[in-house]
Amino acid sequence: MSKTNAAAARALTSSSHFELFGLAPAFSLDRDSLERAYRDIQSRVHPDRFAASGDAERRASLQWTTRVNEAYRALRNPVQRAKHLLELHGVDVAFETNTQMPTDFLLQQLDLREELDRAKAKKDARLLDALRERLRADKESIEGKLEALIDRGHDYAGAVDEVRKLMFLEKVESEIDQAYE
Amino acid sequence: MALLQISEPGMSPAPHEQRRAVGIDLGTTNSLVATVRSGMASVLPDALGRPLLPSIVRYLKDAGPEVGYSAQARQAEDPKNTIVSVKRFMGRGLKDVAHIENAPYDFVDAPGMVQIRTVCGVKSPVEVSAEILRVLRKRAEESLGGEIAGAVITVPAYFDDAQRQATKDAGRLAGLNVLRLLNEPTAAAIAYGLDNAAEGTYAVYDLGGGTFDLSILKLTRGVFEVVATSGDSMLGGDDFDQRVFCWIVEQAKLAPLSARDTRLLLVKAREAKEYLTFHGEARITARLSTSEFVDLVIDTETFCNITHTLVQKTLGPVRKALRDARLAVDDIKGVVMVGGATRMPQVQRAVGELFRRDPLNNLDPDKVVALGAAMQANVLAGNKPEGQDWLLLDVIPLSLGLETMGGLVEKIVPRNTTIPAAKAQEFTTFKDGQAGMSFHVVQGERELVADCRSLARFELKGIPPMAAGAARVRVTFQVDADGLLSVSAKEGTSGREASVTVKPSYGLGDADIERMLRDAFDHSRDDMHARALAEQRVEGERLLEATVSALEADASLLPAEERAAIDQAMARLQSLIGKTDHRAIKQAIEALNHATEAFAARRMDEGIRRALAGRRIGSL
Repeated sequence: MSKTNAAAARALTSSSHFELFGLAPAFSLDRDSLERAYRDIQSRVHPDRFAASGDAERRASLQWTTRVNEAYRALRNPVQRAKHLLELHGVDVAFETNTQMPTDFLLQQLDLREELDRAKAKKDARLLDALRERLRADKESIEGKLEALIDRGHDYAGAVDEVRKLMFLEKVESEIDQAYE
Repeated sequence: MALLQISEPGMSPAPHEQRRAVGIDLGTTNSLVATVRSGMASVLPDALGRPLLPSIVRYLKDAGPEVGYSAQARQAEDPKNTIVSVKRFMGRGLKDVAHIENAPYDFVDAPGMVQIRTVCGVKSPVEVSAEILRVLRKRAEESLGGEIAGAVITVPAYFDDAQRQATKDAGRLAGLNVLRLLNEPTAAAIAYGLDNAAEGTYAVYDLGGGTFDLSILKLTRGVFEVVATSGDSMLGGDDFDQRVFCWIVEQAKLAPLSARDTRLLLVKAREAKEYLTFHGEARITARLSTSEFVDLVIDTETFCNITHTLVQKTLGPVRKALRDARLAVDDIKGVVMVGGATRMPQVQRAVGELFRRDPLNNLDPDKVVALGAAMQANVLAGNKPEGQDWLLLDVIPLSLGLETMGGLVEKIVPRNTTIPAAKAQEFTTFKDGQAGMSFHVVQGERELVADCRSLARFELKGIPPMAAGAARVRVTFQVDADGLLSVSAKEGTSGREASVTVKPSYGLGDADIERMLRDAFDHSRDDMHARALAEQRVEGERLLEATVSALEADASLLPAEERAAIDQAMARLQSLIGKTDHRAIKQAIEALNHATEAFAARRMDEGIRRALAGRRIGSL
């Protein structure tokens, strides 16, 4: 039992998300390659392949598929992907503790939130659509910066602020989504 | 029972015998069983050639229950003992069920799940559902000529954990080896997608008798990937009947009705609804027990008006799923219509208008779910269909979380996460020296615990004395391929770990299931023993067979001593399987499982390695 768990733990935690899918670690992502690797792996480890197998294989399959799903989800999400890359380079994003942000960004955020509240109060789906569009553009611009900082500049510590900004925007985005309901 | 043959290493064994596997659509109104024979999925009819089994169970005083058409025929006569639409009560408490005041039953409010008092005693919805499943199992066994190796049972995609667990329990109670719970719209997508070699993004609009689901799937080269699912597990064709029923009561100015008259008028309402699908108006006549006579005519326009809000209610989840999938209406290549209630013209119209295209109706909306389930069951049982191999990636429909201070919900696994999934989060203590923590697991999208569904509560005890905030309690949520949740909590800082695992069971514990199984077998020990032995033998043979093929495929991954241990465990199981001690067989199964654990882990690793290697060569 302990031997298995040790082997499983190694395979399940040691490799980076990128390594798991045979990808080079980078913020810029080849979505097609990721998707193909994900599907190729899933078609070999998914529980549906082991529904008629013994407990040991069913359990192992559940563990592996869970790990593969988690890595896939993390890589597709820009914040999680950047955070993972930074961590691989020994940089802790420390979302919770260090929340100092540039003033102009914070003002922008206040503005966004006010508009969101207005749209909510008016129950206006079109205002929400416009907000979502604006947010998407903001996110894309930050993602461009991250690509330059991480992939070309290898400035991992310098990327921390941008990752945090992106995380802020993601939060607003999920609030917009909730506002529709 | 035949002994399993093991071939010499390196020699290929005889081709596997096809395992009999079935797909079961356990519907609110009707249920079906289907299977794949020589590559074709088909619904198995009853002895009279009828494919549907009305999901109606009538309990009798001194005999076994009537299920299906015979129960349906007597429903108005014996409403209290004739349970219809039991699916609405699965995994539900009394306060969760809509229109419960109109249901003519003698309800008993039990913790977790409502129960019904009948002439045959108090019955849980799980037991009632098991009666339906048992009839379908027998039908399949007679039709296929032998025991069923496994079954896939479908559930509405929007079913929560309690409803899923209840469905799986019902399967177990009916003596089925439940290979998987499969979401109904996903099953429909398999049947539709394989039939039409469909590629692209599709929506499945599934309006059944009691539930509504909307799933969005991406179909690409043999992969069915659910990208978002949404719905309402308390909305279906029954609600349309209910509206017509209320209209009748209002128009005919009827006083409060007896259970029998209620059921009679509900049946009349349903008939009128179905008639209106093909006609401009329907006449409703009924003689009540009060000797009042109802004689009304309802036209299409009135019917559309009184049900307009119901149709509109389905469109909210459609928009929500599109938003969750980050897709626009124009990204959807087609809308597959599933469920008998989608036959109503006003539903077809509303869906057509929203998606700006005609819905796809080329499959029988009553059968498509069972057919898809049969195809999936066939694959899961290990019968690789010729030239067909697909992968199914499904999601959880509702977010899972924990209650935190102030009755708020901390979401741990968000909705539309691909399953299987696990997520861990750390919590800490609130007071100095706090020795225990209690956890409340909930499911739903709302921020307040009171607005979500309570799944389970459990406690972690034995936390060593520490200052407030010093303990590190890691709570892990694991959702398996059936969409079922287990939660564990572990305290780590002290090095002394405490852990607990809960499987939410909604008032139906393992002991309850066992009691019900015993009841079903008339307390007969012999039957129980025979059944346990048969189960262990099937399980043992399955494991031996799986191990043989794993050894054939990957023997190179095994060090000699491990191989020896596995061979020994196999030989032991092999020697016990023909004997009659089911406990010894069970132990040998566990021992073999244990012996193959490290091997199984290496095989998964190897699978990933091969997947990546294959891809690199392929892309060169």
